Amino acid sequence: MWDYLKLAGLGLVAVCAAIAANYAHDLAYQVNALTVMLAAGIAFLWVLRGAGDPKPNLQHEYFDGVVRAGAIATAFWGAVGFLVGVVIALQLAFPQLNFEFLQGYGNFGRLRPLHTSAVIFAFGGNALIMSSFYIVQRTSAARLFGGNLGWFVFWGWQLVIVLAATGYVLGATQSKEYAEPVWYVDILITVVWVAFLIAFMGTLLKRKEPHIYVANWFLLSMILTVAMLHLVNNAAIPVSIFGSAQVQLYSGVQDAMVQWWYGHNAVGFFLTAGFLGMMYYFVPKQVERPVFSYKLSIIHFWALIFLYIWAGPHHLHYTALPDWASTLGMVFSVILWMPSWGGMINGLMTLSGAWDKLRTDPIIRMMVVSIGFYGMSTFEGPMMSIKAVNSLSHYTDWTIGHVHSGALGWNGMITFGVLYYLVPRLWNREGLYSLKLVSWHFWLATIGIVLYASAMWVTGIMEGLMWREVDANGFLVNAFADTVAAKFPMYVVRALGGLLFLTGALIMCWNLWMTVRAQPVKASQHSAVPAE
Amino acid sequence: MCAKPLKKEPRQVETTGHQWDGIEEWNNPLPRWWVWVFYATIVWGIGYTIAYPAWPLIERATPGLLGQNTRADVAAEIAAVDAANAATKEKLIATDLNAIGADPELAGYAERAGAAVFRTNCAQCHGSGAAGFEGKGYPNLLDDDWLWGGTMEDIHLTVTHGIRTNDDSRYSMMPAFGLDELLDETQIAQVTEHVLAISGQEHDAAASAAGATIYADNCAACHLEDGKGDRAQGAPNLTDAIWLYGGSREKIIETVTKARFGVMPNWNTRLSEDEIRAVAFYVHGRGGGE
Repeated sequence: MWDYLKLAGLGLVAVCAAIAANYAHDLAYQVNALTVMLAAGIAFLWVLRGAGDPKPNLQHEYFDGVVRAGAIATAFWGAVGFLVGVVIALQLAFPQLNFEFLQGYGNFGRLRPLHTSAVIFAFGGNALIMSSFYIVQRTSAARLFGGNLGWFVFWGWQLVIVLAATGYVLGATQSKEYAEPVWYVDILITVVWVAFLIAFMGTLLKRKEPHIYVANWFLLSMILTVAMLHLVNNAAIPVSIFGSAQVQLYSGVQDAMVQWWYGHNAVGFFLTAGFLGMMYYFVPKQVERPVFSYKLSIIHFWALIFLYIWAGPHHLHYTALPDWASTLGMVFSVILWMPSWGGMINGLMTLSGAWDKLRTDPIIRMMVVSIGFYGMSTFEGPMMSIKAVNSLSHYTDWTIGHVHSGALGWNGMITFGVLYYLVPRLWNREGLYSLKLVSWHFWLATIGIVLYASAMWVTGIMEGLMWREVDANGFLVNAFADTVAAKFPMYVVRALGGLLFLTGALIMCWNLWMTVRAQPVKASQHSAVPAE
Repeated sequence: MCAKPLKKEPRQVETTGHQWDGIEEWNNPLPRWWVWVFYATIVWGIGYTIAYPAWPLIERATPGLLGQNTRADVAAEIAAVDAANAATKEKLIATDLNAIGADPELAGYAERAGAAVFRTNCAQCHGSGAAGFEGKGYPNLLDDDWLWGGTMEDIHLTVTHGIRTNDDSRYSMMPAFGLDELLDETQIAQVTEHVLAISGQEHDAAASAAGATIYADNCAACHLEDGKGDRAQGAPNLTDAIWLYGGSREKIIETVTKARFGVMPNWNTRLSEDEIRAVAFYVHGRGGGE
């Protein structure tokens, strides 16, 4: 019965998408509608082929298929996102690379949101969904709730990524940073995210452990807060149900404030809380030591999620935003420093008594460097939110450097560590194909980040100083174009850093691929739910 | 990073007793330094919100004991700079355009002020070095090839009223000889050969001879008989190697066929008189001023 309901639903979606494609007002909408039609059609055939088959009882086995798919998607989208990053870094250094034939599709303006969304939502999002599903099952000693709901979340998220990405290239965007997807993609994101919440909460509710592990607090706070942020920031009225354009509900400084309340907490809950959840599971597992302090984890968790939500206004210092909002944004950002560092302390101190493993285990090395970059960015962030510092750093490349030491250093490195941990276990293999390649990846990525971040510090502070330089009569000394010209060498270094990071990620993909293909199969099963 | 742990057992504390998939948790206390720095930031934060505008109330937010206001701060800074420059600005407006250069103090001010105005308002088209953009129709301001004149008065007038933007602007219009069917394709090709000839480029002699007549009938009124152009009408000199939209055969055919209509904004609605004078002085001083 359930199968036939699904078939009816999918058929309806395919037909509606076909009608929408026919009446489309713009190319992006049409391509997106055709993509939805195709996806619904494939899903329809898939369900049809399996309709009426007996459903085996799998409650004694973890639902690892979706985690395996997530690991593949994470590695794939990571490589895509880093590649686009290198391309746009080169386009900034050498504007000739915005070729005439790319205009309107592949010029910097179109590729930039593609890069940010690919890295944050495709790479980071898949890493989070994959780890959430893995962690919540293992720490609850229960199979993922909701039957195939996990697959719906996985494929729904991939569809979101494809719709958003093709939309950007064809010009469908609502022009809000990190919230560029247009209204119908936003609706799909909401549906997928609610399914994610149900699968996660359902598993927690049927857990066999008496308590909820700290990693799950962070992951749940991520899921709930991102849902709230997404709904509020994307409130808009479509111009037509057959077009990708929309009118936002807020305007002026209110719109800017809502956007950066969203934007900063996307960093706070997606890239910080969610990834702290990953850290709290995978670091103790890989190090094989207990977590340093339960007390610290509980205090820094509540302090972090309470404080983060107020910090958004620091993105709007010295704008139309009222002074009082600016002050509060700054104060909460500075107070956030220690709660952020609580996670770093708990991660690093978990290694106490096991520091010698750093010499032999490049995966632990990766995780430790990742926590180090986390600590550095969460110090740099509060510092940059101080008004006096911000008056220099705002709008400069320093911000770009800050974001990347967080994204490449913290989010990237911890995700690489998690992939190296997970792949041999998920595919039941005897360890990784090559630890030496992990070492290569580690050094390429670390040097890449250092080149990237230091180039952006130098160029950011330089252009900030050049912008504010005035002569004896109070006149500006530099034209904007002068600052652009002065930044050229640093832009080349930045592209080089990105290239090293991308190379490391490609080595990882090869290493993981060979682990699955060439490593001997392990005798013991990893996916069995422990008996009560 | 020592090979052996320095202490035999790193912690004397117990775990919490829970276990998840083999993960346990020590019951370590909060690090003292962490707690105290956290407290310190909270105390500082409370103090800061008392000193500066912070807590929103029903009517308005608390203004803070220091009474700081970023908008007032900016306004005060601008007012201070304006006050310091007020006398010089008045002098700049009162001084005859050609006499500005004679007063070293005034000239220095006009040069710096003009440079700032230029970088903010003019560099987008004319380039930050004022070399223009050949082929796109943005004239080079460094050379002595002027379209509408290069004296202080000429430049001042051009900046004030702009080109082809309103009734007060400098105005002229080249006919679109091809689009408006004033000349056919052969004639356009011939007159193009003539323009190539007078600008000293490689050309077809026979076609150029035919083109000379067409030139005399259609072009000479503005570009003059010898092709050296007419500043009164903003008609460019066709005999030199300097081109606004390109001097190749294809580009000249395109120009004759479709004509050009380059515009420049009138700056009198956005810049004050002293700023216009300063930027005129700056442009005049770039090398081509007359």
